[in-house]
Amino acid sequence: MYKGGKIFASLIIFAALFTIPFFYNMGKVNAGPDVALNTAAIQQLPASEQQCVESPEFMRANHMQLLNQWREEAVRNGQTVYVNSQGKEFEISLQDTCLKCHATESASKPAVLNNPVSTTAGVSNPALNESPEFCASCHDYSAVKPLCWSCHFEPKEATK
Amino acid sequence: MKVLFSFLAVILLILVATMGAFITNLHYVFGIIIPYLAFAMFVGGFIYRVVKWGRSPVPFRIPTTIGQQKSLPWIKQNKIENPTSAFGVIVRMAMEVLFFRSLFRNTKTELREGQNGPELSYGSAKWLWLGSLFFHWSFLIIIIRHLRFFLEPIPFAVQILESVDGMLQIGLPAIYLTDVFILVAVTYLFLRRIIVPQVKYISLPADFFPLFMIMSIAISGVLMRYFYKVDLVAVKQLAIGLATFQPVLPTGIGPMFFIHIFLVSILFAYFPMSKLMHMGGIFMSPTRNMISNNRMVRHINPWNHEVEVHTYEQYEDEYREKMKKAGIPVEKE
Repeated sequence: MYKGGKIFASLIIFAALFTIPFFYNMGKVNAGPDVALNTAAIQQLPASEQQCVESPEFMRANHMQLLNQWREEAVRNGQTVYVNSQGKEFEISLQDTCLKCHATESASKPAVLNNPVSTTAGVSNPALNESPEFCASCHDYSAVKPLCWSCHFEPKEATK
Repeated sequence: MKVLFSFLAVILLILVATMGAFITNLHYVFGIIIPYLAFAMFVGGFIYRVVKWGRSPVPFRIPTTIGQQKSLPWIKQNKIENPTSAFGVIVRMAMEVLFFRSLFRNTKTELREGQNGPELSYGSAKWLWLGSLFFHWSFLIIIIRHLRFFLEPIPFAVQILESVDGMLQIGLPAIYLTDVFILVAVTYLFLRRIIVPQVKYISLPADFFPLFMIMSIAISGVLMRYFYKVDLVAVKQLAIGLATFQPVLPTGIGPMFFIHIFLVSILFAYFPMSKLMHMGGIFMSPTRNMISNNRMVRHINPWNHEVEVHTYEQYEDEYREKMKKAGIPVEKE
């Protein structure tokens, strides 16, 4: 074979490039994100209130569009009530509606305990924390960076 | 007809994929078995093709050059377009592979009405170069971006690339620039083949089929991201399962995913037997990857037979006495 050495070296590089995922993940456990859908905050709610704003399937696929719509409604149109597909009314608020249930308990994640953003009740407020577990678990897993925190952040002075 | 044939072939594949997507029992085949087979065919076939090419003889030194050859010391050599060093060749190949240097020099030939009848004129034609550049780079970035499904944790470089790709932040989920570019570019590459008569004449089904395949893959990907959404977390679990050889099939992924992955698998499996092998072939093009030292170094055909030579010295040794007798002058007494 003419220039066999170079060709084989190149083929090894080619094979290595295309098998990166096999080596990168070698020996790792295929653990998806741990989404806490049954937090204490949710369990305390009456059964009729335990359903999210829309169905879980809808939320999984369209939560970003819903949040976007909520932002338009609340910030630009001054509309603060959302009527869902079942005709039920919700207050349009990330902090007061979404995070009422979806704030995660910091006890399960010691790093959050030291975070000044966590309230005394031991509940971290995802809106004030760059990495709340509920949002971050899936968003980190699929490398999608939500833009929520570019507005909903804790002012630097407040943490002092 | 050639267009129609390729188009129908792709439509048929999409129908097969749709069937696989909506029959839950087939999900294991479409989501796990076919991707594995396609990957093995791609890597195996690619290596097979390249080794096969590598075994074919390269008899002559045939670099094509567009610059001044190395010559007398006061004549400036073009060290990249007419390289006499390995470094020059590497730069030249990089220009070719990354920026399609030779396509950039593409010209268009036309017969124009001149004063004394028709005149032949040449002009630069950059559209094909631009379309190809956008197409190939978008494709590369899209493939690298997809690593976010196959790697956990996701490397920082992949995340950076993704945020640059979605930097316009139009809509939610944000529109990727490369999605737009690849669709525009592949449409251009297709239209070029059916509109320009000369290009249409030389186009074969094997030219249209990959175009339609890539188009349908891009469209199914766009549909999956923006319109018929799939459960991303489940998709990633499936992908990581494939990469760790512990395949899992999460439920409720969504049919669009199976259509997309089936079309991608078909393209990967088809890759080594198609013109798409120019991905490997470009590195092996003898007119580009050779040092232009045709006259500086003596090149001997590597598989030449041993030729028996009989030099004049040997001849004279053999016939010296007879030559002397005949009065023929000899060099050595």
